[in-house]
Amino acid sequence: MEEKVYALGERYIGAGLSEGTIVLDKVPGNALGAYLDGGVIEVHCNAQDATGDTMNDGEISVFGSTAGYAMRGGAIYVRDDAGYRAGIHMKEYKEKVPALVIGGRTGSFLGEYQAGGVIVVLGIGSEDRQPVGNFCGTGMHGGRIYLRTEHLPKDLPEQVSARKADESDMAAAAPLIRRWAEKFGGDAKALLASSYYLLTPNTKNPYRQLYVTN
Amino acid sequence: MPIDFLYPEYEVVRDASRCIACRACERQCSNEVHAFDEELECMVSDESRCVNCHRCVSICPTRALKIVKTDHTFRENANWTGDTIRELYRQAGSGGVLLSSMGNPKPLPVYWDRLLLNASQVTNPSIDPLREPMETKTFLGKKPTKIERDEDGRIKTELTPQLELSTPILFSAMSYGSISYNAHESLARAAEALGIYYNTGEGGLHQDFYKYGANTIVQVASGRFGVHKDYLSAGAAIEIKMGQGAKPGIGGHLPGTKIVGDVSRTRMIPEGSDAISPAPHHDIYSIEDLRQLVFSLKEASGYKKPVIVKIAAVHNVAAIASGIARSGADIIAIDGFRGGTGAAPTRIRDNVGIPIELALAAVDQRLRDEGIRNTVSLVVGGSVRSSADVVKAIALGADACYIGTAALLALGCHLCRSCQTGKCNWGIATQRPDLVKRLNPDIGMRRLVNLVNAWTHEIKEIMGGMGINSIEALRGNRLMLRGVGLTEKELEILGVKHAGE
Repeated sequence: MEEKVYALGERYIGAGLSEGTIVLDKVPGNALGAYLDGGVIEVHCNAQDATGDTMNDGEISVFGSTAGYAMRGGAIYVRDDAGYRAGIHMKEYKEKVPALVIGGRTGSFLGEYQAGGVIVVLGIGSEDRQPVGNFCGTGMHGGRIYLRTEHLPKDLPEQVSARKADESDMAAAAPLIRRWAEKFGGDAKALLASSYYLLTPNTKNPYRQLYVTN
Repeated sequence: MPIDFLYPEYEVVRDASRCIACRACERQCSNEVHAFDEELECMVSDESRCVNCHRCVSICPTRALKIVKTDHTFRENANWTGDTIRELYRQAGSGGVLLSSMGNPKPLPVYWDRLLLNASQVTNPSIDPLREPMETKTFLGKKPTKIERDEDGRIKTELTPQLELSTPILFSAMSYGSISYNAHESLARAAEALGIYYNTGEGGLHQDFYKYGANTIVQVASGRFGVHKDYLSAGAAIEIKMGQGAKPGIGGHLPGTKIVGDVSRTRMIPEGSDAISPAPHHDIYSIEDLRQLVFSLKEASGYKKPVIVKIAAVHNVAAIASGIARSGADIIAIDGFRGGTGAAPTRIRDNVGIPIELALAAVDQRLRDEGIRNTVSLVVGGSVRSSADVVKAIALGADACYIGTAALLALGCHLCRSCQTGKCNWGIATQRPDLVKRLNPDIGMRRLVNLVNAWTHEIKEIMGGMGINSIEALRGNRLMLRGVGLTEKELEILGVKHAGE
């Protein structure tokens, strides 16, 4: 296959890609792997906004930091940090359960409007504080967020409930954490031995505007 | 009696001499208005449940039924009207946000009705459309700024992707979920038969309807429901929904109870989970961000499909449209404040947004002034009720019209404005299988085809009267319009003269 050369900051790389692998050594532009449908993208540096926007399948690995949008399937692995609004609007349907694993910390609005899928924040290097910014899980109404931390965010909305993840809770996250460690060279055993908080929508307190039929 | 008791708005009038107690009305009414009283051996009604949808009236074999507005009244008051008092009682009793459906019913100006069309007399003779060819074919998409020729002097005819319509009408976006499977099938098949397009709305595209892809516009909204590569590739065009005329600035929230069976599969979310589409796209804060979404969709669909950006008609619509025209969009759809909806907060529906006639005139003028009118097509909706409205819209500068409410009326909607209850007796705004099957897609499709064909005949007739034989020659031809009973300012915005001038 002829190797395509991508420019520094080129947008829409791998948009809708359904097969094959793209390896990038220069920082790609926005919307990397948008609507990705099975292809594999490896970024050996940072990535920009809207990485994996509305991706449906496949895998993106970022050996640096990035941000993301509505995933419907596939997986994104980030070695370092994620910016604002990572993993928002994630959906899941049957076997299509998207996953986003972030090694470092994230900006505000992690998992905003999350409707499905799994987000894991390992918070490596931020063990002394919460690994996410403000407004984590705002509008969350499905899916799971795992935070490897002892510091639960103080501003979680009423519609989100948090608990210490037990062994059965970790079943969905453990393979993702192992895969992350395999990719980026972390100690999976040590990571899995840590304590995690699991955030899920609070089914007793859903988002419900009280309406009266007029 | 509680203070907020509301006397039923309608009375069911049953002619006892005609009623044969066949109980058809009872079986047909999903609101359970009718019942058979075993003791009295006659039909009885609970009017408090009636929404005035006329299902029972239409089905009654002996014409024994009619629904009338009650003459029970509050003391007359031009300020505190009965509706205002009733709404206030509802809120005081429940603490709830008032929820309505379909378009704004308030007596606000309908500018279509204040615009009159021209016809030829003596000079520039009129054309008889029965005898002479009349062209209503419409292409939507970017048009080149200038004619270019190749080295042999031949005109280069390559254009960016266009939508080809046999007549300047499209069915507007209504999601599968807000309307039924049979309603969608009727729209899809009618669009195919007519050579026009229907629009999936933001609920994804049902597997069965991929075969109508050549006549389908697929929508992408903030929730990205059912959006994946096959979906984007399936349609003839992709529409980014930024706003909707019935509820500008408000998102969609389909409750989990409506996410069942095929609706769940089509939206690609689990049964029973809420479908929340917030008003903003969280990745769009500027025209530059919009441009990114437009081009990411073009990248993913191989630059083969035009991208439509749909907005609600709001105060600064002309400036917004100018930005959209520069975002790479091929078509701008503008939805006026009388546009319909499956559910919207009453106060939003009735108070937010502006009339489509003014928005259209302002946008067309602004794009002309800036020399970029040819870079986008304009599609307008938000209560286009007849062929005359279509002709007036095109004369004001539209390339084509979206019809939603009119299409639903063709399918049997009686505008009872109760879509939000999900109990539509006509099988349109419901997912209940027993109700959905009342809408026969064969008949629904035929009625839609009839409607659009009838309108097209009328459009040709009106154009012929003006001495125009091509819809292109009508487009933006405001000399064909005169205002009646309008102020100087209204005429200025519409860009038309007053009748008699």
